[in-house]
Amino acid sequence: MITYILRRLGAGLVLVFIVTAITFFLVHAAGVPVANNLAGPQATAEQIAAINAKLGLDRPVLEQYVTWISGFFTGDLGRSYFSSEPVVDAMASRLPVTLSVVVFAMIITLVISVVLGVAAAARRGPLDVVIQTIATISNVFPGIILGIVLVFIFAITLRLVPAVGYTPPTESVPKWLASIVLPAVVLSIGGIASLSAQIRGSMIDELGKDYIRTLRSRGVSERSILLRHALRNASGPAFTTFSLLFISLFGAALFVEKIFALPGYGTFGFTATVQGDLPIMLGLTLFAVCLVVVVNLLVDLVSGWLNPKARVS
Amino acid sequence: MNALLEISDLRLHYPRVGLRATPPDVLRGVSLQIAAGETLGLVGESGSGKTTLGRAVLGLAEPSAGTILFDGADITHLSAKRRRPLAKDIQVIFQDPYSSLNPAMQIADILAEPLVAQGATAADARGSVRSLLDKVGLPADAARRYPREFSGGQRQRVAIARSLALQPRLIVCDEPVSALDLTTQARVLDLLVDIQRETGVAYLFITHDLQVVRHVSHRIAVMYQGELVETGSAAEVTSSPQNEYTRSLLLASPTADPDRQRERRELRNALRANATDLVAQSR
Amino acid sequence: MSTTNELDTVVLAEDLDSPKRAGAFRRLLRNPLGIGALITLTAIIVLGQSAPLFGVHEPAFSSLDAVNAPIGTPEYLLGGDQYGRDILARLLFSINVSLISGAIGAGVSIVIGTVFGLIAGYIGRTTDAVTSWVFNLLMTFPALVLVLVLYPVTGGSYQIMMVIFGIFLAPGTYRLVRNMVVGVRSELYVDAARVAGLSNRRILSRHILFVVRGPIIISVAFLASSAIGIQAGLAFLGLGSTLVPSFGSMTGDAFANIYLHPEQLVWPSLLLALLTGSVILLGNAYRDALAGPQTPVRRKRTAPPLARREGASSAEATTPTAALLSVRNLRVRYPQADGGEKYVVDGVSLDVAPGEVVGLVGESGSGKTQTAFSILGLLPPEAGVEADVLSLAGESLLGVSPKEMRRLRGGVVAYIPQEPMSNLDPSYTVGNQLVEGLLSSMSRREAKRTVLELLERVGIRDPDRVFASYPHQISGGMAQRVLIAGAVASRPKLLIADEPTTALDVTVQAEILDLLRSLQNEFGMGVLMVTHNFGVVADLCDRVVVMRDGRAVETGAVRDIFHHPSEEYTRELVGAILDEETVRTDPAPAPGAPSAKEATR
Repeated sequence: MITYILRRLGAGLVLVFIVTAITFFLVHAAGVPVANNLAGPQATAEQIAAINAKLGLDRPVLEQYVTWISGFFTGDLGRSYFSSEPVVDAMASRLPVTLSVVVFAMIITLVISVVLGVAAAARRGPLDVVIQTIATISNVFPGIILGIVLVFIFAITLRLVPAVGYTPPTESVPKWLASIVLPAVVLSIGGIASLSAQIRGSMIDELGKDYIRTLRSRGVSERSILLRHALRNASGPAFTTFSLLFISLFGAALFVEKIFALPGYGTFGFTATVQGDLPIMLGLTLFAVCLVVVVNLLVDLVSGWLNPKARVS
Repeated sequence: MNALLEISDLRLHYPRVGLRATPPDVLRGVSLQIAAGETLGLVGESGSGKTTLGRAVLGLAEPSAGTILFDGADITHLSAKRRRPLAKDIQVIFQDPYSSLNPAMQIADILAEPLVAQGATAADARGSVRSLLDKVGLPADAARRYPREFSGGQRQRVAIARSLALQPRLIVCDEPVSALDLTTQARVLDLLVDIQRETGVAYLFITHDLQVVRHVSHRIAVMYQGELVETGSAAEVTSSPQNEYTRSLLLASPTADPDRQRERRELRNALRANATDLVAQSR
Repeated sequence: MSTTNELDTVVLAEDLDSPKRAGAFRRLLRNPLGIGALITLTAIIVLGQSAPLFGVHEPAFSSLDAVNAPIGTPEYLLGGDQYGRDILARLLFSINVSLISGAIGAGVSIVIGTVFGLIAGYIGRTTDAVTSWVFNLLMTFPALVLVLVLYPVTGGSYQIMMVIFGIFLAPGTYRLVRNMVVGVRSELYVDAARVAGLSNRRILSRHILFVVRGPIIISVAFLASSAIGIQAGLAFLGLGSTLVPSFGSMTGDAFANIYLHPEQLVWPSLLLALLTGSVILLGNAYRDALAGPQTPVRRKRTAPPLARREGASSAEATTPTAALLSVRNLRVRYPQADGGEKYVVDGVSLDVAPGEVVGLVGESGSGKTQTAFSILGLLPPEAGVEADVLSLAGESLLGVSPKEMRRLRGGVVAYIPQEPMSNLDPSYTVGNQLVEGLLSSMSRREAKRTVLELLERVGIRDPDRVFASYPHQISGGMAQRVLIAGAVASRPKLLIADEPTTALDVTVQAEILDLLRSLQNEFGMGVLMVTHNFGVVADLCDRVVVMRDGRAVETGAVRDIFHHPSEEYTRELVGAILDEETVRTDPAPAPGAPSAKEATR
């Protein structure tokens, strides 16, 4: 078990190298004129040369990458070209914002999807329509539109929650919740649509299987059949979907942060990419890769645990 | 006598997946012959390797040792290209009438497919379809229908017709009647025997059902865990088997007569009490 | 020789694997949502090409006069945005941007996913393992983050951004195609095609692509709408050339203006929603059309499942009978796709005395299994069951509540299924599952002890090990013994066995039959044995009920049925039993004699 985890983490490390290297060289090849952006339109050639030297942009590409990688091992991801803020600090201050919205959205999604999916599978008919409707709405209206509509209704017209801004929990928990509830709801709609439909489908499949009928023939209660047996067996694929959803929400969070003006990594990443702020972009890429590696590992471990065939071997 | 099909010391194991250990042998040195126009019944339970042997003859499974000779030629390891002309000589009828026909193809296309694969023009192929349907007792208008419109027995007739399209000399029948009802079974078996009488085709008839194998086979071979434990004429093997496993097999299959079945039961219990237990302990 | 009496075509349950192409399109056109979506989509596409007809300004042209112009201003039909640009013009040009985005995103994904899916699925093994690993990894990547990071490489071109996004969408298509190919590849008709000498290329195109076509077309719709939505989102954020008008950038501009001129949000949002909506609904409609005519949604019957037939005299129902099981005029019906109903059991009557073994015999479609399940109350919710009399151990089962029925199951009547492995929950140990059925009547410790004793009684040599094992760790024969143990655990009075030996090897079969006989003797249970195997009937049964097409054709003692059947159908059945005396006696054609084939050459 430990060796398995270590092996996976090792593979993850290799992946980090590969992806960050590809990103590094691709962005470099794109040739964003960083020095010009920094110095402004009136800059002289000497000023630009000086900036390039200071940031190390005049060294060979390979050397720059190696510098960055060695920094990775010491925990120093460099400094933003533009704000000179250490990348690690910049990300540390932004990520909690994004995380609170994403995690909150995942909780909402999980609870509602499981309840809806299980109930719809058990009681076919009216709840099926509910799930279909949610699915159709989330498909037809792209997230940005839903977000805007919700902002308009709840924040601007009804003034129930603030339209923009983020209050950290350290300051005030109720205000924090109020500032993230609407973004989390927007994020969760698409997730509820797909996860509840998936759970419903898996549950219906399980409930149609032979062993369920045999359990019934022994007088086992419906509740036990639904929750203890069917749900258990249906949860494998649902869990995989759930984890994929989690990762994709980090992408969707970009839009939501813009709509609600949350100081998460989204706007910060956006600025960085437009300006060619490579250290920040690499930091983001690193974060994404680590997220993928860790989540994949967790999914495999949990799926393995859920599946008796894998567990006993 | 030159056998039509001659299998010598055939061994087979399924291919390794990745870096795992080599899986155990499914076939462990099987040798048998089939003469032209003869039916060899291959009997065994699950795990005996009988289906795998059939698939090896058809080229659907790759042996790891031993030889298969067809009409004297070595067909053990043939590339797909060299295998193609063999289709004119060796054909197959599978067990499951529900998945051996492509549900999205009309009967005519299903029957024409082997002919077209061997180079016939579409027009010629269509012409043969009618006579094929006739041979198996299906009406001509079946050609434009889809498999789902037919019963299991009818679909199996289509499968039989398909196997006859290229006029093969050997047909591997893999449990062809196991999925059919009792009344349909009898009719399809009669059809198979009639076809053999008319065309002189040989059958490698694979089944687990002793009653069935008795009815169609000239000779019977019994398989157990990858090995042939007994071969002989149908009469010998089914009435006075030499091998203990064969004997236990015969006594285990129930007979459709209450009194005779009771006798058989008692015989079986006596045998079990005395003999060594061939059958795996962990049942 | 066979007769051609099998002319009556038997229409089987809808085969979802075989879409009739023409039929699907026609069904699509009959679906109101499908038609609506198609019309909307076509209208939008046409609109996007006809901008010059409207005589509007250039989309990038801005004029101070038009800043925030209201709707209906001359020359600015839909008004002007905050930069003084013509909203209608920008709207019309945005349509093509979205259409192109959808096309690129979906196109890239489909091409990459299909090609690799076909290869990996068909070749299999290492290629499959490697490719699947790569695509799995790709699938988990947060596409948007990487599109964002790679933005400089795209130089602001939305087309390139869509190509990148399409690459990230490919794993979904790959997985879909690969799984379908793997599924089809293992079908017997592909094996038959190989034996017929069909080349790989032919097999792929004829058999495999055919099956894959439908789902790919459906996923094009979803991929396209996803790409359209993402491009809109990226433009909304401000990524992309400002010269290119798109719904996203229009929404983004309008959003900045939301407090002063919220109405500017309406047009781009509306059109974007209409576009993605019609694409999605079209995809949904095509998927429904492909699935073919469906049976009505399974809805629970409002009346209790076991209903007394109207007009049945109550005297009949309440007459106490000595029989353990008494069934009179049982009927089971199912709703059909065309709205009608079909009776699969049509007036069956039978009795089982205490301690008696009754065989319920018939071919497929005779209704014997449905009869057995209706006694257990385990038919699906859409089944309608009625009978004049249905009594078990003196209690009438008609109109009984589900809770009451559950109490009876296990305790009074038990069930042994046909296929051992699929009737055990793979996630729990064998012991756990068996104990669960007993917990309503005894403590957990007692239940465990009972189960262990039973496991030994049914012939399992190592009950403790098997108790703690998972279903995948035991053999088929052992699994069937476990299921038998589970059935007799609470000492039922009636045992209903559904072809309990059909899925087993012949030697195991014999042992299981012996086991059933000894258990039946020891516990004095009545047994209703559903089977099509007359050998089993001869071995175990005292009486036989022969069923055909939902009706009981003949009933009698076992020897009478075998030796003196009175009904024609019974005679036909018994006649079809392969005679043990017959052995093939005609000789094989002598070697060297010309076969009929050679003679005709």
